[in-house]
Amino acid sequence: MDRAYEQPLVTPEMVAAHGLNEEEYARIKEILGREPNYTELGLFSVMWSEHCSYKNSIALLKTLPREGKNLLTETGEENAGAVDIGDGLAVVFKIESHNHPSAVEPYQGAATGVGGILRDIFTMGARPIASLNSLRFGSPDNPRVRYLVDGVVRGIGDYGNSFGVPTVAGEVYFDEAYTGNPLINAMAVGIVKTDGIISAVAKGEGNPVMIVGSKTGRDGIHGATFASEELSKESEEKRSSVQVGDPFTEKLLVEATLEIIKKGLAVGIQDMGAAGITCSCSEMSAKGEAGVEIDIDKVPVREPGMIPYETLLSESQERMLVCVKKGKEEAVREVFDKWGLDSTIIGKVTSDGLFTVKLHGEVVSQVPSRSLVLGGDAPVYHRETKRPAYMDDIVKFNIADYSLDRDWNADLLTMLAAPNICNKGWVYDQYDSMVRTNTAVGPGSDAAVLRIRKTRKALAMVTDCNGRYCYIDPRLGAESAVAEAARNIVCSGGHPLAITNCLNFGNPYKPEIYYGFSEAVAGMGEACRVFDTPVTGGNVSFYNEDPERAVFPTPTIGMIGLVEDVNHITTQWFKEENDVIFLLGDNTEHLGASEYLHTVYRQNRGPVPPLDLASEKKTQDALLKAIQSGLIKSAHDVSDGGLAVTLAESCISNLDYQIGATIQLDDSVRPDALLFGETQSRVIISCIPEDVLKIEELFKEHNVPCYRIGTVGGNSLKINDLVDQSVSAMSDSFFKAMSEFMDRLE
Amino acid sequence: MKVGVVTFPGSNCDYDAYAAVQHVMGEDVEFLWHKSTDLLGCDLVILPGGFSYGDYLRGGAIARFSPIMEKVIAFGRSGGMVLGICNGFQILTECGLLPGALMRNSHLRFSCKHVYLKVEQTSNPYTQLCIKGEVLKIPIAHGEGNYYNFDNDIKKLEDAGQVVFRYCDVNGDVNSEANPNGSINNIAGISNKEGNILGMMPHPERVVEDILGSADGLKILESIRATIAVAKTVSN
Repeated sequence: MDRAYEQPLVTPEMVAAHGLNEEEYARIKEILGREPNYTELGLFSVMWSEHCSYKNSIALLKTLPREGKNLLTETGEENAGAVDIGDGLAVVFKIESHNHPSAVEPYQGAATGVGGILRDIFTMGARPIASLNSLRFGSPDNPRVRYLVDGVVRGIGDYGNSFGVPTVAGEVYFDEAYTGNPLINAMAVGIVKTDGIISAVAKGEGNPVMIVGSKTGRDGIHGATFASEELSKESEEKRSSVQVGDPFTEKLLVEATLEIIKKGLAVGIQDMGAAGITCSCSEMSAKGEAGVEIDIDKVPVREPGMIPYETLLSESQERMLVCVKKGKEEAVREVFDKWGLDSTIIGKVTSDGLFTVKLHGEVVSQVPSRSLVLGGDAPVYHRETKRPAYMDDIVKFNIADYSLDRDWNADLLTMLAAPNICNKGWVYDQYDSMVRTNTAVGPGSDAAVLRIRKTRKALAMVTDCNGRYCYIDPRLGAESAVAEAARNIVCSGGHPLAITNCLNFGNPYKPEIYYGFSEAVAGMGEACRVFDTPVTGGNVSFYNEDPERAVFPTPTIGMIGLVEDVNHITTQWFKEENDVIFLLGDNTEHLGASEYLHTVYRQNRGPVPPLDLASEKKTQDALLKAIQSGLIKSAHDVSDGGLAVTLAESCISNLDYQIGATIQLDDSVRPDALLFGETQSRVIISCIPEDVLKIEELFKEHNVPCYRIGTVGGNSLKINDLVDQSVSAMSDSFFKAMSEFMDRLE
Repeated sequence: MKVGVVTFPGSNCDYDAYAAVQHVMGEDVEFLWHKSTDLLGCDLVILPGGFSYGDYLRGGAIARFSPIMEKVIAFGRSGGMVLGICNGFQILTECGLLPGALMRNSHLRFSCKHVYLKVEQTSNPYTQLCIKGEVLKIPIAHGEGNYYNFDNDIKKLEDAGQVVFRYCDVNGDVNSEANPNGSINNIAGISNKEGNILGMMPHPERVVEDILGSADGLKILESIRATIAVAKTVSN
């Protein structure tokens, strides 16, 4: 742009179109002591959007437990959380949503979700070692839903596979509540030497600020704002708010970034995700209690004619902002040249606390960095809550209304083929789950486990949330999500360390929605205190609504556990004939909120099974002790689908070794509740016959209910006189269901 | 022995091959940068898996033009050992060191899973420690691994004993159900006529320790080590 740049005049309509209310606009004027110009309006709009500012959630998030002896970062202060795992190493991890982009452009939406979360990991100096995904869609009967599933899975696969990170675990969950607004939550995990962690800070007056990686284009402008409103018919027109990913560039970027960090050339680094240059400049300088001044015309752009507003707000992918140590500019440039990437000095750190943008030497925007950011002047709201009326109705449930005249063998096959239960190989076979050769347990067991090279240790990781539970009872649902995540980690041989969370909810300005949010946060906090798993960070995604309805309240938990010795790694499948099977925990007559009601009766109804966090913790502690003592050959938590499904999975889920089992249960519980009810805090374990007494003693000592219920062997699963189903029939139902419902053409 | 692992921009299994040779086998290994033209005196060059140059055009289509490839091609043509794994196999067919092409998987999806391979040739430096007909458990991870060639050329390959690995089931039966990508004759790996150049879609470097689900990949690496040891004894 050669002519002097004249900014469009700011009008009230323009302010409204930027999603700022009158109160917020008045506040901006107060901060600046004048009217903002057009560029500045754009900055405030995007930085004060829900997505960047957490304005409607931060007050409640601060009630979550954020303390822990091994935490190396302050919650929410860095790109991702970091936890010390000994041996001079830390695990760095975070989960983030990419829901709205994926709803309108599933392939790119999901791909860039993966790219964004990976950058959050390697900007900290950590090498990404694993990727996980928690996905929620409408019913697969709907062809549009199948189109979304297909695109999202391809997007996740193509990005992660090309980048070279194994995608090792996650969830795929179907319910009509997610029809118009799927949830795409991507988590990444990395490893870094504790002394190699680098902060997202810009400080030291005169230090140069560089933009590295891809050129800046017009894609993704106002992506953060788009993420902060409900989806509508017009959303399809906002495809230009969806960024386009390039995993090849990201692969080069990770190598170059880790190289400059290792060489000690950088003061601080932040990736450019939501709100692009604006967010990284303002957050990094605010954290450094400094300012930053950039020459916007120095930013390498993809097309001519971009105005400062566009360059500042672009969400073009695969870019980073690096605050470089003065004098090291050439060394940084050499590294990026080697990897074939742009690196350009665009400005410098100042001491005035202002984020100043110049175009050809003329200031086009100047605002205090702190005024834009969370923890600075960004607004903080306490929203009204109101318990939704449906919650009183939905728990009305009388088990006597449900027939007992059923074919339980047929029901078992129906359950194993249900979209929420069946094997998800159709999805995870499209992901490279083994690259970097650390995957000890890949997709298909309770949690994924990755060994840590040059140590005896491994990391267990999982994502979890039962949206139906959270819809019926958000507090108990969130508690259950944490408890189940921890149970999965323990069943895999790990000790739960910490969580990251992705809180997916509807419009926070609706008191009924906010009630669900506040209850879920309360439940999550309570459970995290019991399991001693602090919240290291995460992401809030509001406005997950289509014109029909809001999604289920869905607080997805991403949990990391530490396996002290690779010998403790445990999987869910039975290992050998004649091994003895035990049930930990008590069977109760509870059928409410179950997947069985959802699958067989098409109902989301009845109270969520109660959860006693203290006894859950006791069970998990005892189980981990048993695993560490080498007594446990398999462990599988009882969750969706209840006991019968859990036992069937232990029989069939290892394709290399499928075997039957004979089970005798002496509980006086109705067959449907006994087989498919989801009473919490239960685990199925197996051991060699010689260890039976030791097992019984160990759990008795810890006061954990432990019942010997059967033996591994034969070609079928037999449960009392209720079930006698062949391994091959169960395997067919379980493994073939997803390709049958995904690959059909109508 | 000394092994060189080529790093193209976008290679992502280079480190896995490096680690298998160094950490598991305890042998010398060097990364060979794509812009370099020096093979550093390596006895074996590995073209690793990944998405060289992003592979946006076609697997391996750009990598074959890398400066290092000129040296690799000359090395292979003069009898040097070159192992192409996954993307490396694609590069070997693109540059003409191996015949045929790797098309998109017949089901049009990326596929990552453990598969079984039947060893068809053991007179080859890469499989000399295997037993003919032996079944190896080795994973695949690719979107373009569907081996194709013209009928006549397939016949030539088969007749010359250049088909080294075929996809099979756990019992060693070669059938269409065990074929993960639509490859003609279930072909998973082939060599050149002389046997010094091998391309395979499955990843032996991923299964070199029991904790990774199989250690069958070691049989290939150990065969290589034995071959090179003999060659060195002879030349000394």
